[in-house]
Amino acid sequence: MLSEEERQEIEKELEHYEYKRAASIEALKILQKHRRWVTDEGLADLAGILEMSTAELDNVATFYNLIYRQPVGENVILLCDSISCWLMGYEQIRDHMRERLGINYGETTPDGKFTLIPIVCLGTCDHAPAMMVGEKLYNDLTPEKVDEILEQYRTG
Amino acid sequence: MEKPLTKNIRPGEPPFDLEAYERAGGYGAVRKALTNMTPNEVLEEVKKSNLRGRGGAGFPTGMKWSFVPMGADAPRPKYMIMNADEMEPGTFKDRVLLEGDPHLIVESMIVSAYAIEAEKGYVFLRWEYKEAERAVRKAVGEAYKAGYLGKNILGSGYDFDLQVHSSAGRYMCGEETGLLNSLEGKRAIPRAKPPFPQTSGLWGKPTIVNNVETLCSVPHIINQGAEWFRGLSYTSDAGTKLYGVSGKVKNPGWWELPMGTTLREILEEHAGGMREGYKFRGALPGGASTDFLVEEHLDVRLDFNSVQEAGSRLGTGTVIVMDDKTCPVGMVHNLEHFFAQESCGWCTPCREGLPWVERILYAIDNGEGRPEDIDLLEMHTRFLGPGNTFCALAPGAVEPLQSALKYFRADFDQHINEKRCPWR
Repeated sequence: MLSEEERQEIEKELEHYEYKRAASIEALKILQKHRRWVTDEGLADLAGILEMSTAELDNVATFYNLIYRQPVGENVILLCDSISCWLMGYEQIRDHMRERLGINYGETTPDGKFTLIPIVCLGTCDHAPAMMVGEKLYNDLTPEKVDEILEQYRTG
Repeated sequence: MEKPLTKNIRPGEPPFDLEAYERAGGYGAVRKALTNMTPNEVLEEVKKSNLRGRGGAGFPTGMKWSFVPMGADAPRPKYMIMNADEMEPGTFKDRVLLEGDPHLIVESMIVSAYAIEAEKGYVFLRWEYKEAERAVRKAVGEAYKAGYLGKNILGSGYDFDLQVHSSAGRYMCGEETGLLNSLEGKRAIPRAKPPFPQTSGLWGKPTIVNNVETLCSVPHIINQGAEWFRGLSYTSDAGTKLYGVSGKVKNPGWWELPMGTTLREILEEHAGGMREGYKFRGALPGGASTDFLVEEHLDVRLDFNSVQEAGSRLGTGTVIVMDDKTCPVGMVHNLEHFFAQESCGWCTPCREGLPWVERILYAIDNGEGRPEDIDLLEMHTRFLGPGNTFCALAPGAVEPLQSALKYFRADFDQHINEKRCPWR
């Protein structure tokens, strides 16, 4: 069942589009905002509202890398692995992050705090390397700076 | 030197709100266009300005607009879309405009939409640009309150609604027709052309999709005229350009400069030259999907025609510098990993070819390359080139590969012969 809040937000979004299914990506993001990831049950409920089959909606959901169809942690870390960051020391940051968190890409820390995912160029190449934690951008990364940022989220 | 695109931007400070933007002459182009000019006059001015698309392809903007059906019999609604899905690796110029001057974003949309008599506009923004999203949403709200958006704008009788759409990832959303599919709530796969979006775009209605920087030039063209705009440039490609540099230079960053500024001036004067201990070996002049330029090209002017004559493309005009301590094979492997991952899978050559290219490069980079791999890579640069795929993703992907094989062939051979990466 969708919550009342989810349903209201989705219906408000539907007003902006000519056809219900056009709001599918926005609606999936609303579910994700409330649940961290899009569950099978949520997807099926949403498909009903959008007048799509579950398979059609999942076809859309699984195409977009920022729609999560698997559980993620409290904070999703998106670490840029594209060219400017790679030139400026991405591999060192990646290795450091893996070691500090004890996880690989696509995994979540046992305490549920962090999920680590690679992301394409974040468009802050003059301040590489870069990453996002949740909706916040961090750049000019060094291993020391990464430690400080992770600590903020651990204690925060 | 005039910097129309970035004149209001003060890095580190919040962008202009409506009042400050108006004080700086903002919304003057909306006033002028909607109250003193016909849509056709706006279109003609943009045509005369010689403005070309800043998203990478360089298509003349006025010509693109001129294919939209006009008049009472035209299908409606018509759509004007700003492509703010900036995801070309190494590119960070549209972010500057979106975060730095959000009212210019709104004004450029109104004036451009008026030229094609569009009723509805979308700013198609990549999810990750959160600060840009906040800034542009705020500006849109202020513009509605002030009567620059909505019904009967400034008493002109012209109605225009503008919506910000935040996306959910995938490089393919930046491809014009992939973007339209995504906006319709579908997978971002490309559409066959023709029909072109100008006649059959969003929901099958006439639609224009333009890059952020392209549209941001339009209000200035309307305010100061096509001739002024052409005069901003060093060459026949008009206007200013937001150039950027990343990599191991002393001062990576962005600068608005006359179109046609040389690669040398950008690298040495603005980016401050290479960092101590590093030498320049090559550069991608306009993002990941452009051919390498090397030392002999330093005096090439970075405009559409000159870069093409040098064997590459201006692309987005944001330069990625390769230094002498970076492995060219590793660099191309990183680039092809991106393209293989971002292939939407719609057409076979791209879906199958790019992962193959990536695997071969991985093998070479890890000392497992075979001499015949070079031929395989060269074959792919032809098979994935223009004309064999649905969209420009794969042809763009092979540009850095084909030029790396040309300029850095010895490095590839050394990896294969010594069965290791000499940089590790």
